[in-house]
Amino acid sequence: MRAILIFLAMVFSLAIGSVAVAQDGPLRLRITDGVIEPMPFAIPAFQAESAAAGQLASDISRVVAADLTGTGLFREISPDAFISTVSNFASPVQYADWKAINAQALITGAVNADGQGNINVKFRVYDVFSGAELGTGLQFAGTADGWRRMAHKVADEVYSRITGEGKYFDSRVVFVSETGPKNDRRKRLAIMDYDGANVQYLTDSSAIVLAPRFSPDGSQVLYTSYETGFPRIYVLDVNNVGRRAIDLPSGTMSFAPRFAPDGQTAVFSLTTGGNTDLYAVNLSSGNLTRLTSAPSIETAPSFSPDGSRIVFESDRSGNQQLYVMPASGGEATRISFGAGRYGTPVWSPRGDLVAFTKQNRGRFHIGVMRLDGSEERLLTASFLDEGPTWSPNGRVIMFTRETQGAQGAPSLYSVDISGRNLKPIRTEGGASDPSWSPLQR
Amino acid sequence: MNSLKIAVLVGAAFALGACTNAGRFDNDGGFGADGAGAGFDVGSAQDPNSPAYFSQTIGDRVLFLVDQSSLTPQAQTVLAGQAAWLANNPEFTAVIEGHADEQGTREYNLALGARRANAVQEYLVSQGVAATRLQTLTFGKERPLEICSDESCYAKNRRAVTVIAAGGTS
Repeated sequence: MRAILIFLAMVFSLAIGSVAVAQDGPLRLRITDGVIEPMPFAIPAFQAESAAAGQLASDISRVVAADLTGTGLFREISPDAFISTVSNFASPVQYADWKAINAQALITGAVNADGQGNINVKFRVYDVFSGAELGTGLQFAGTADGWRRMAHKVADEVYSRITGEGKYFDSRVVFVSETGPKNDRRKRLAIMDYDGANVQYLTDSSAIVLAPRFSPDGSQVLYTSYETGFPRIYVLDVNNVGRRAIDLPSGTMSFAPRFAPDGQTAVFSLTTGGNTDLYAVNLSSGNLTRLTSAPSIETAPSFSPDGSRIVFESDRSGNQQLYVMPASGGEATRISFGAGRYGTPVWSPRGDLVAFTKQNRGRFHIGVMRLDGSEERLLTASFLDEGPTWSPNGRVIMFTRETQGAQGAPSLYSVDISGRNLKPIRTEGGASDPSWSPLQR
Repeated sequence: MNSLKIAVLVGAAFALGACTNAGRFDNDGGFGADGAGAGFDVGSAQDPNSPAYFSQTIGDRVLFLVDQSSLTPQAQTVLAGQAAWLANNPEFTAVIEGHADEQGTREYNLALGARRANAVQEYLVSQGVAATRLQTLTFGKERPLEICSDESCYAKNRRAVTVIAAGGTS
């Protein structure tokens, strides 16, 4: 236990250390900052406690391992190196055998299937160097169809116990699936597990769809569609895929919607007479409130987790910058002051940071800053990165990266807020505009 | 109510000059309520009252500088020609599409495209075209014409296109 906790204290102090470094001197991407030695762990294939559970036991342990290694904080030790085998979930652990291969954490598990489509997954985590179990064993019951979710729940428990961070593996992402050439892109809404598995399509590709955003409970999605020929905001029920247009004044265009934490209000951009301002609409009553009134562009609004404030982008200073204002509108305070342009701000679920897209000298970056604009850190750099979304625990950011040129195509990437562990999310075809769901229940 | 001088041929494909926009609406079938799905004969580019003449001879589009929505002198010349054509052909309406190049975030480019479309609309209205005949629409960076990632392509993508639609005014 102590060994693991010390290790983690090291991981996070290094991550914070990289923040301090980034404050000194000119801002630039420092990919070497915060590089750490991932924690080695062993996860013997989970025990199948019934014949029907054989394949699932193996598959579930693979997904648990993939979740953990995917964070960049853990490294799986190859089963080829194992000295001990785990032949029974209840048997005592031979700590010396795991210590000998330098496994700091050991994860064991077992799966039972009744052959009727129901399964039961149990697991234990051991701190090898302390020779003790970390927390207590847990079990999850569910359907065989939902085996990946159960694996994510196991991995979430392990991750959360070891890091002290919130869970995020048992979550989904709604995004725009893209096919076709650059000048004739076909777009449709799709939803998948956070790791790219279980893709389902929510709309067809008959109209352009943009920037879906989850409701706070994950049951609904706000998005923009051109199905009338003009951009207009819609709300879609994730479970039955029913959708309805938000009723807005005729002759207007609307886009960039996002839910308030109450789940009842949407804030968005409405364009009339060429001018784009922010509005709020009550999704039950349809009551419309104007939040900004300026000749400049006001767009990409995002609520603070407590619902009291909105961060958004505006070009009122002459180019795109970030501002914070009360949720009811009123005086806005500029928070971005670095070189370049800042857009698509998103308030972190922890409330302490804003993620944004930055354009400077022909490059795009995903970055984070505090709400007062301090401690700006750029996490990525490429031809075109944009549209960050936060993992439910505020630790990871997913975004769109588009490649350059005539064959350019978008895909989804994720990066830790320390700037470490940049990696693509594998999807079939192009993908853009991710929105990360809250943790599933 | 004016009867249409030009026969409305339902299902006819957009042709000739309008082909630069072909496919743009094949997803949704039209420009909202007004032009929904109805194709029409664009006529001959030799005929000054034809939509073909509008798009090919006068020019159906104007270009913008990076992140700008103000009209250049060249753009104003094109739009004066568009306004004159619209004055002579009152049975047509138009949808003005504003576009941006790919250098910019999605939401901002939608707003920028709306500004560009509006700049064209305001100019046409200043030249005597009834505002009720003109609708504006933004595509942001969603429908580039040219697909390279160089200024040569970007310059053509930063555009506002006046798309003629059948649909007379009373």
